[in-house]
Amino acid sequence: MSANIKKSNGGPDRHPVAPWMFLAPYLLFAAFFFVYPLVYAAWLAFHQTDGPNTAVFVGFSNFTFIFTDPRFYKALSNTTIYAIASIVIQLPIALGLAMLLNSSASRMKGAFRLMIFSPNLVGQIFVGAMFTVIFTPHYGLFNKGLDALIGWGLEKQWLQDPHLLLPGLIIISLWMYVGYNMIYFLAGLQSVDKQLLEAAQIDGANGWQTFLHITIPQIKPIAIFVVIMSTIGSYQLFELPFALMKGQGFGPGDSALTIVGYLYDWGFRNGDLGAAAAIGWILAAIIFVISILQLKVTRAYEVD
Amino acid sequence: MQMHIVHWVLIAAVLVYIGLRLIPGKGWKIAPAYLRVVLLCAAAFLTLTPFVWLICSAFKDKTSMMDCMFLPPMSQWFGEGGKLTLDNFRTLLFREYNSSEGPVYFYEYIVNSLFLACAITSINIFLSSMAGYALAKYRFKGRNVILFLMLGSMMFPSMLFLAPIFKMVFKFGWMDSYLALIVPGAITVFGIFLFRQAMVGVPNSLMESARVDGASEFRIYWEITLPLVRPITAAFCLISFLGTWNAFLQPQLFIQTQSKLPLPVVLNQFIGMYVQEYGVFLAGTLLAIIPPAILFFVLQKEFVAGLTSGATKG
Repeated sequence: MSANIKKSNGGPDRHPVAPWMFLAPYLLFAAFFFVYPLVYAAWLAFHQTDGPNTAVFVGFSNFTFIFTDPRFYKALSNTTIYAIASIVIQLPIALGLAMLLNSSASRMKGAFRLMIFSPNLVGQIFVGAMFTVIFTPHYGLFNKGLDALIGWGLEKQWLQDPHLLLPGLIIISLWMYVGYNMIYFLAGLQSVDKQLLEAAQIDGANGWQTFLHITIPQIKPIAIFVVIMSTIGSYQLFELPFALMKGQGFGPGDSALTIVGYLYDWGFRNGDLGAAAAIGWILAAIIFVISILQLKVTRAYEVD
Repeated sequence: MQMHIVHWVLIAAVLVYIGLRLIPGKGWKIAPAYLRVVLLCAAAFLTLTPFVWLICSAFKDKTSMMDCMFLPPMSQWFGEGGKLTLDNFRTLLFREYNSSEGPVYFYEYIVNSLFLACAITSINIFLSSMAGYALAKYRFKGRNVILFLMLGSMMFPSMLFLAPIFKMVFKFGWMDSYLALIVPGAITVFGIFLFRQAMVGVPNSLMESARVDGASEFRIYWEITLPLVRPITAAFCLISFLGTWNAFLQPQLFIQTQSKLPLPVVLNQFIGMYVQEYGVFLAGTLLAIIPPAILFFVLQKEFVAGLTSGATKG
């Protein structure tokens, strides 16, 4: 009896080696594919390469070049507009859909959720392939549908007109991601304290008041999470515009150029991996700063 | 603006809603639910239309592509001058692509994608769950350091690592080999956190009694804890499979032999190649979407649970 008690006293603390064995693959992996590349990327950013073999030290000139390159700023502005539009247009729709779903019967809920989420399963390249045809002016599904519904848009060239490319991207991304964000909001809505809602109803609050003063504050953590995730994802947009432009260039006047597209162009079309690394660092810095700003802004709200 | 069938449907829907609101009692009560269903149906309709279009387009031949948006009138489906056709698929599957290494058939690309997705997913599940297990069930010195390291690694965008990993792959001689895709994709920190979260909920008492019975640590992990987190494993399996199946950038950069390419890279080539015959590449896109769709259908409940477990709890 006493022998058993002694053994079970050991517990997890008595196995100093075991956790390290379980973690060994990850640690090895992290060393090779996180720490080493990180340092390497820092080194590369100050070099210029011509393909993966050569490397010449060039100091800060990668950075000075990028910051004085109008193409970089075009990429930056495209990506930023896309990110902002994704948040401002997509998220309210996702939240609205989540609220509609939340009050629905569970069998319908599952079916609708699946349907609205389904575009997310399709890879960006495949989506791009589909939309090169869907966005055909005059004959494409989208233009014809738009024309049938509101009598406008039949001749719009979403993929050739430099002013329409970004809106086109935003529309496609709305289709792809609204279901994904909706699922997060749905989870958030389900954790809203039901008692609070009932109390509000008893007190005579109407739907809009309940929404503003109870629902919104309660889903704030999820909403913040979704906004930050959406931003980070938007800033890394690459495959969709790449596929839409059929892998050649980035649209008339670079109107489909994103930051990662710019990175790809330099690193793998021109072969300069040093520039690619430098752009990577700039991207990391941008994402970092924006995430911090977003957190600060939303925390300031909370004091309210 | 012409009146289209969609207009009539919308008008009818609005009229029904108004009608319901006017009926006192039961009608008035159903009205909100009815409105909800209408809106959701509209959303589902808009979402699914491109898919329906895709399926229809895959079966239309070149001439009828522009004639009708979805399907031609039923009388024209089969028989003489039939507009529905399997030609797109025939071209896709049987026409060989003459690469520099010889002819390549479309089914080879499907096999490639399947292999990569299955291999990377299974390795990922194994290694990530192991690491998650260690972090969930053991207290040891350095645990917080490792957690910190993992969190830190999530703060850097993956694109930052693209250039150095490209150089590394080149140096290791992994160019044009699946190793370049499998090894860097073998573990994801997201997976580790997911498994850790799930395994924290497994009662330690089960592990204790197994220890008392003399089971090795690995057996406890493999035969007790891991089976208990099956829903999370299913969710992660789906996420990982989808991510690998749809991956484009790394395969495009690292694989040069045509016969080794997975589907996204190939479809991207097709967009440029089949400019006139887009029935063919749309058929290819359809085929490329089906396997993940099947997997999702099978695993969808666990998927949603897994997606949101990270967000709401942490």
